[in-house]
Amino acid sequence: MTTNDQTPERQDIEALLPWHAAGTLADRDAQRVDAALAQDRELSRRYALVREELAATVRLNDALGAPPAGAMERLMARIEAESPAGRSRQTLGGLADWLAAQIGRLSPRALTFSVGAAAVVILVQAALLATFSVSRYDSSGFQTASMPRSGEIGIGFVPAASAADITKFLDTYHLTIVEGPRPGGLFMTRPETAPVSEKDGLDQLVRRIQQESRIVRFAAVEQ
Amino acid sequence: MQTTSDEALIERIAAGDKLAMQVLFARHQVRVYRFVLRLVRDQSVAEELVGEVFLDVWRQAGRFEARSTASTWLLAIARYKALSALRRRTDQELDDEKAATLEDPGDSPEVSVLKKNKGEVLRQCLTALTPEHREIIDLVYYHEKSVEEVAQIVGIGENTVKTRMFYARKRLSELLKAAGIDRGWP
Repeated sequence: MTTNDQTPERQDIEALLPWHAAGTLADRDAQRVDAALAQDRELSRRYALVREELAATVRLNDALGAPPAGAMERLMARIEAESPAGRSRQTLGGLADWLAAQIGRLSPRALTFSVGAAAVVILVQAALLATFSVSRYDSSGFQTASMPRSGEIGIGFVPAASAADITKFLDTYHLTIVEGPRPGGLFMTRPETAPVSEKDGLDQLVRRIQQESRIVRFAAVEQ
Repeated sequence: MQTTSDEALIERIAAGDKLAMQVLFARHQVRVYRFVLRLVRDQSVAEELVGEVFLDVWRQAGRFEARSTASTWLLAIARYKALSALRRRTDQELDDEKAATLEDPGDSPEVSVLKKNKGEVLRQCLTALTPEHREIIDLVYYHEKSVEEVAQIVGIGENTVKTRMFYARKRLSELLKAAGIDRGWP
């Protein structure tokens, strides 16, 4: 038997055929479709077309292959770079990428006129990077400050803090990063000029730093 | 063997568990890659976008509310990334792609059918659909998404999902007919 395929009920059932073939219909709808298929020869014929489409789609997608080896390693490296230290480096690196992209967009003629200015910008940026990496963030563990290890302040920065934010913050409080990041993204910092010999003075400084909630998520004196 | 659910993995990822991130990536990267590749048609772009998708998962895992399945959430992120990448393409690149998908004028539809079996022609026609139609066909047939899930991923109403699927299939039949295969539908 073939039912009238212009009825809303029949059209509704036919619209569900792709999901019925994929097995993603709710039980109630699946039962409706099965009942209609059992009675309607033309609907069954069209269902066979749907199943052909499904098989071809699966085969087409399976033939697409997979991402190349090393994709996970690259992802995890990017995730590592999401740590506060990594993010600081990434932000400065991003500045270099942005600069390169801007230069790349220039026409050859514009580039000729701009090359002098661009060179100056790159030199300034290189100087900034060198300054940051040597005096602010010496990951080798070499201590750039001459103060003793005591009197350090552990600071965790909020994930959204940029390198520029952190640099400005360090300048404001005359802090130098001496170690980090430790697990949990904690950086050990030391005041450069503040009188830190007395613990009270250090506690006061930490309380001020703790107020900087836009940049700092955690701050405490190293015991 | 009991495996950790995707939702549990995402909870652990939100807490900064990198191992959970690796498990989720291993579990879903191939499907996400294929979904994106079918949209952007460029392997290197697809590879890059898969990395972007999972990096977003790492950053936004805390916002996942389990209203949808993890795979639906992943495909929604992937779709957004793929469409953004497509918008960045220049008109020239799109023209080149269009030219590459045109049928060889040397072959009539009948000759094409003789050269290939029906399955091959069907796959070729599936490839020739617009991104919008490819997307919905893949989501329903390959990614096994329900009407409701497709609506969530694509950001359209459930009735529109059914209508779009109908027109995608109708277009597929038209392409098959042009290639010499009349399915008698619609």
